[in-house]
Formats: sequence, structure tokens, C-alpha cells
Amino acid sequence: MSKITLDNLSHSYLDKQNSDADWALRDINLDWQDGGAYALLGPSGCGKTTLLNIISGLLNPTKGKVLFDDKDVTSQTPVERNIAQIFQFPVIYDTMTVYKNLAFPLKNRGMIDSEIDSRVKEIAEMLELTKTLNNRASGLTADGKQKISLGRGLARSNVNVIMFDEPLTVIDPHLKWVLRSKLKELHQKINKTMIYVTHDQTEALTFANQVVVMHEGQLVQTGTPVELFEKPKHTFVGHFIGSPGMNILPCQIQSSTPVIDGVKISTNSQINKSNFSKTEIGIRPEFVSFSKEGIPVKVLKVSNTGRHKIIDTECKSGKIKVLSHPSKDIPSGSAFLSFNKKYTYTYGDSWIIE
Amino acid sequence: MNKTINQKAWLFVIPVFILVAFNAVVPLMTVVNYAFQETFGNNVFTWEGTRWFKQILRSDRFHSALGRQFLFTGVILFIQVPLGIAIALTMPKKGIGVSVCLVLMSMPLLIPWNVVGAMWNIIALPEIGLLGHTLNDLGFDYNFTQQTGDAWFTTILMDVWHWTSLVVLLSYAGLRSIQPAYYQAAEIDGANRWAVFRHIELPKMKKVLTIAILLRFMDSFMIYTEPFVLTGGGPGNATAFLSIDLVKMALGQFDLGPAAAMSLIYFFIVLLVCWVFYNLMMRNETQG
Amino acid sequence: MMKKYKWLVPTIYILFLMLPIYWLLNMSFKTTTEIINTYSLWPQKFTFENYITIFTDNTWYTGYLNSIYYVVMNTILSVVAALPAAYAFSRYKFLGDKHLFFWLLTNRMAPPAVFALPFFQFYSSINLFDTHVAVALSHCLFNIPLAVWILEGFISAVPKELDETAYVDGYAFWRFFFKIFIPTITAGIGITMFFCFMFSWVELLLAKTLTAVAAKPIAATMTRTVSTSGYELGLLAAAGSLTIIPGAIVIYFVRNYIAKGFALGRV
Repeated sequence: MSKITLDNLSHSYLDKQNSDADWALRDINLDWQDGGAYALLGPSGCGKTTLLNIISGLLNPTKGKVLFDDKDVTSQTPVERNIAQIFQFPVIYDTMTVYKNLAFPLKNRGMIDSEIDSRVKEIAEMLELTKTLNNRASGLTADGKQKISLGRGLARSNVNVIMFDEPLTVIDPHLKWVLRSKLKELHQKINKTMIYVTHDQTEALTFANQVVVMHEGQLVQTGTPVELFEKPKHTFVGHFIGSPGMNILPCQIQSSTPVIDGVKISTNSQINKSNFSKTEIGIRPEFVSFSKEGIPVKVLKVSNTGRHKIIDTECKSGKIKVLSHPSKDIPSGSAFLSFNKKYTYTYGDSWIIE
Repeated sequence: MNKTINQKAWLFVIPVFILVAFNAVVPLMTVVNYAFQETFGNNVFTWEGTRWFKQILRSDRFHSALGRQFLFTGVILFIQVPLGIAIALTMPKKGIGVSVCLVLMSMPLLIPWNVVGAMWNIIALPEIGLLGHTLNDLGFDYNFTQQTGDAWFTTILMDVWHWTSLVVLLSYAGLRSIQPAYYQAAEIDGANRWAVFRHIELPKMKKVLTIAILLRFMDSFMIYTEPFVLTGGGPGNATAFLSIDLVKMALGQFDLGPAAAMSLIYFFIVLLVCWVFYNLMMRNETQG
Repeated sequence: MMKKYKWLVPTIYILFLMLPIYWLLNMSFKTTTEIINTYSLWPQKFTFENYITIFTDNTWYTGYLNSIYYVVMNTILSVVAALPAAYAFSRYKFLGDKHLFFWLLTNRMAPPAVFALPFFQFYSSINLFDTHVAVALSHCLFNIPLAVWILEGFISAVPKELDETAYVDGYAFWRFFFKIFIPTITAGIGITMFFCFMFSWVELLLAKTLTAVAAKPIAATMTRTVSTSGYELGLLAAAGSLTIIPGAIVIYFVRNYIAKGFALGRV
């Protein structure tokens, strides 16, 4: 078990890098505490799997360092780092039984047979695989196979960190819940650092205490699920997390106050400079409401999801979504919108102004 | 995949059925005809029953041809399969090297079989061939037209040259279809090179290797043209494999009855071996 | 350590493959006198004499044309017939389908030597002896089972939803088959044609048995040279070298498909 530190990490799959786009990862700095449950969240191709493979030692970073407990492990192999990794597709050794699969990493490390036996049985018990121990691993269902992959990681008692690379991709939807709560339960029981990579916000937000959001090879925000929701540091986070995502509206700055369609907006941001190439207002649909005055809009469409109503409106600068209680009456035609100041932020060049 | 029951599908199969039956049924019936009857021309046949079969099955000539055939097939499988796998494992995985390897390695497969024989004849000639000359220079008394051992050595070397690439290409394709996650997981599990081969690569290649072995078995068991051009079955009958012996009997001596009986036995052996081998491989697949 | 020298294995293997081919080319550029009298690693007196003989003597070059003629004919015939059959085997269940498939494959296992004589009698009796059609048809014996086998693999890899969507969109079967289905499996068709070409091109026993003069393949013409005048090695080498060219061209064009095709485990 250990603390993980990433120090100025950059990686490129190319030999020469001419522009930012040639980098798969750029300037990653991170500190992960021992025993935490972390999620790496981001769309496909944002570099999260690359980052995971660098932490596990499958890839060598172009620049920067990886530290476990402040010890530089950048040049160590996965075996030396003593980590476990579970992949998107269940990796099992087809020709072996479930038992032999679980024993395989222990055998490779030269553990004696009696110790292997007790360890394998313990893990099988924990993952509810005891009944299938003597079956051929290739005959199992996808979730059974994924449990074996997980079991191979858990079998070693001293792993520093367990990493998951979208482990539920091939699992049936109704089993996803079961496996996810199993993972959560495991984390509480064995208390090891776990890193969970996913593009699914529900998976990330329910699994992790700390979520790291990635976008185009960069870390855009690290925080608890609540922080990510209430105070997105980057318009991408606002947009990516939440359903529907955050409203992002272009605005002008007039004497340190943002203005949309000629209406001054009071926000939670202190604007001290004005040399941004673009400025935007970000407000979640949850914190927008209809009022007597404010931004004039046209109501376009109301959809009722049962739990709440989603209202599409349009002002001169763009579209604004509003979320309201299903019992509330919605004005039709023209209306005015007001924003809850506490959750309204100004973004300069996509980053939050605080 | 779920298949729909549709008897009209037969219409799709009819062209294939006709074309193959056209080639298979009538000639096969001819062979069967000759195998059970005696003829002196003029379409007059007399029933001979299983006489020819008994004669062939008891003949020393057939026994030794069959023995040579099994020995040859066994030896080339024993060389080509491990060698092919080893080459596939060491082939480059990306870049220009892949194309270069694929193109150059496929070359022997596309050379007409008698040219293969002729080519090896030329290179093995004791006086003026590269192989023959070099071996004699090194002090070996090498002459593949005179000495049985040399004839076998040359024939086997030729077949290894000709067909190892097929095993290489199949194994290579099997290796390429393995997801990188398998190698990564093995690395994390601390598996050594041998364990990766034994527990990941070999199982994943099983299907293509089954096909490679089947194809190599069939084609080497039916081999005719290459050794015919290279050694003509000689010296003596040293390299007269089943097909060469059969053609000698049918066209050389015009012993049509025994030749036909031998044909059927020959065909039956190929079918039987393929069937048994295939079932063994597939039974392992479904069982534990 | 070991990784550093890994490239040696394929390199040595390729060198081994190239040696006999080099020796053949070497011989083809030598004069008969040089071949008989001296042993040399490359031609001492470089000559095109052998090639000139081949291109000016029509018994030689018609051999090439004959071969190419029946090989192309067989390739097209095999693929056209095998396509609908492979589709049927992949998509439908019908009476006797498994038996039929197995029976087709058994023909790939039939030793050509077994069929040589009956083929000769059969094709003579239907007046097709010594025609290109006869060779093209006889090669169907092993090429059609092969083509069905390879194509079935490729077609089964195409999801059935493609067919169903097309029917829902109102496509008639044959229009769907030609407009949508065939374009999606072009790689498979390419591979199949490659193997049909290959096995028809390299086969000699049947091709030789079924022809005398008019459709005689180049490979058979060469056999004549070997048997009648053993010393014409230069000519033989030149003719042999020329038979490598069509194969090399075909390989070059399908090199990217080969690995893909093999990956399905169907050859």
C-alpha cells in the first residue's frame, strides 16, 4: 500500500512532438493518498488509459516521474511496482482452471504451494468463486471472467494499488450494479488504493471519493463528486458532468461585471483582469429559475422526465436549459430567467475565474 | 449466429454442388468400377469383388510406400510446425518489415510445383549446384540421385523450403489477433517468456495451428510433383511416396484394378486421419 | 538481450528462401557451355539468350498464355459459384447442410493422383480433352471447397443485422446481395481469389493429364525440356524464373489482405 505521486508527467506516442496535439498526456501532477478510491473520468481518447498504463509501468513516460511513497519507480517494471490491473476485456488464461488462474501470479513469484492454496481459497471465497474453482476458466460468463481477473490482482496480499480500466464494458447492465457494489465493498474491506478509469460519470461518481477529470491529455479538475458538480473548474467539466450538462453562455465584461444580452449578471467570480480571448458564464440548469426580471428568453420546449421538467429556452446569446420541479407551472412564450448567484461562475478562456 | 431454416438455400448451393459433383462423382465411380472389376478393354467388366483390395493390402510394395509416406509426412510436420511458430514469433509486428516479410515469405507458395522440383534439382546438382557443390567441397560425399540418405535430405529440405511459410503465415495471423491486454496482464502477473507462450500464445493459436497441421498433413500426404521432378522417386524406390507409386502402377504398368483399389485405400487413409485429428482437437475444445 | 537479435531469425529464413530462387536466376543468365563446364556464383558471361528463345518460340510462350487462361477462368468460376453457397452455409439451415459442407471439404483431401486417370477418361468422353475449360473445371474439385470454406468464414463475420436492415429498407434479395453485401466482403473475396489463383497456378498433375497441345500449361512444357534434353538447364531456369513473376505480382497486390484473411483462421 502506498501513496502515489505523479510529477510533471508527459507522454507522447510519437518520436517528435511539434504541437500540443502530439502529446497524449501533458504536465500531469497528482497526489493520491494511500487507501483512497479514485476515479479517472473522461471521454474516449482523453489519455486516461495511457495515464493508467504509465502508473502500472506498462508504459514509460516521455517526461516526468512516477513516485510510490515518495520513491521514484519510473524505471521499474510492473512486477517490481507490485500493482494489479484489471482490463476492459476480461483477461483469463483459457487453458487453466479458475484455481490455476488465481494461483498463476503467486506461482510466478515463487510462493510455496500450501500458501498459494490457502490464499486462492480465501480470494475465491471473497469473490464467490469457490464453487467454480475446478472449472475451466474459458467456460465462465463475462462477469465470472472479470472476477477472475480481479482475483488474480487480489491474490497477492501486498499489492500497492489496484487499477481498473473500464472493467464493466462487457458486463450486462443488470450485473454492472452488482459488480460495482462488490468493488465498493471490497475497497472498504481490504482498504487498498484503487484507481478506476471510466468514461461513465455514474460509475465514477458512485465508486470514487475523489474524481479526476481528464480532457485532451490534461487534468482539468480533481475533486469530490459534489465539488465537480457545484464548482466545475473548466467548462468541459461543467458540460461533461451532470445531465443535462451546464449551460455555457458567451458574455462581455463591462467594468468587471459580466453582461449577457445587455443584462448584468452577478456571479461568484471576482474579475480582476479582462484580457481573455473569450469569456463565458456557466450555470447549471438546476440553478436557473423563472422570475419577473432578468434575461429575456423565449420558451421553446418543455419535457417532463417524471422527476423534473427540463425546459429549453433561448436568449439572443444562445440556448439555456432550465430544470424545475414537475409540479411547477412553466410560462409559455416570453419569460425572464434569473441565476442563483452562489452557483454562477465566469469562465475566462474556459477556466474558472474565482 | 442464429441461422434461419430455409430449404430454398439449396438453390444457392446448387452451382457448387454441380461443379464439384461433376468432378468428384463420375471419376470416383470410375475408380470404384475399376477397383471391384477386371477389364480387358471394350467396356467388358468382370466382377472381382475385394480381390484387388486384398492384393494391395498384403503387398510389400504398398506397405513400404505407405511407410515412406508416413515417415516423410511425420518428419516434415515435426520440422515445419515448430520452425513456423518460431519464425512467426520473431517476425516484426509493425512497420515496413511486416510487408517485406509477408511478401518474401509467400513467394515459395506461388511457384508451380514442378518448378519447385526443378529449382531444387538445379541447386542440388553435385557438380554445378550451389548446395551440391558446397556440400562436396565441405567433404560430404553428396549425390542425391545416387544415395538414399541424400535423396531424403534434399526432398525434406525442399518441402521445408516450400511449405514452412504457410505455417508461419497462419501462426503470425493467430498471434496478431491476440489483444495487447493479454500481454499486459501477463507482465503484471509476472509471467516469464515461456509462460506467456505456453498459456497465452499457444492456446490462442490453437485454431490456426489445427488448420495448418491439417493442410500440411493433407498436402504432404498427397505430394507428387515436386519429388517426381526432383528425384523421380529414386534412387530405386527410395522416395517413391504413395502418389508416385500409384501413378507408376496406373500409367506405367497399367495395372488398373490394383491401382484403383489402392486409390480408394489411399483416399480413405487421408480422410480417416483428418477426421480423427480434427475431432481430437475439437473435443478438447468443448471438454474441460 | 534476446530481443536485440530477434530479427536474425526471419532474416536467415528469408535468405534461405531466396537462395534457390537466386540460383535459378543465376542459371537462367548463363550460357549452356558455362553451366556444363564451370561452377560459378554469378554468370561469367551474362546472356539473355535463354529468355529470347522463350519469347520467340511459340511452343514456349503459348504455354504461359494457356496457364494464365485456365487459372483466371478457374478463379472466376470458383468465386462466382462459391459466393452464394458460402452465403447459404453461413446464414441458413437446410436439409443436409452439414453433410454437404463436409462432403465438399473431403474433396480438398482427395489426392489428385487418384483422379488423374479417371479425369483423363471422363474429359475425353465428353470431348473436352485438351481444352482450357477442362483444366479450369477440374481445378474446381479442390478450389471450390476451399473458396466456400474461406468465404463462409468472412461472411459469418458480417453481422446478420446488415441483411435484416437491408430487407427492412425494402431491398430485394439480389439487389442487396450485389449492392451491399459483396462490397462489404471485398477483402474476403480478394483473399479467396488469391488462394484459388495460387492453387490453380501451382498444380500440374491434373493440368498435364488433361492437355496435350492446344491447352498445354507452361509447367508441362518445362517438363518436356527436362526429360528430352537434360543439358538445356539454362532454358529450363529461364522458363522457371518466368513462372515466379505472376505469383509475385499477385502477392504484392494482396499483401495487406493476407494477414487479415489468415486471422480468421480460414485458408
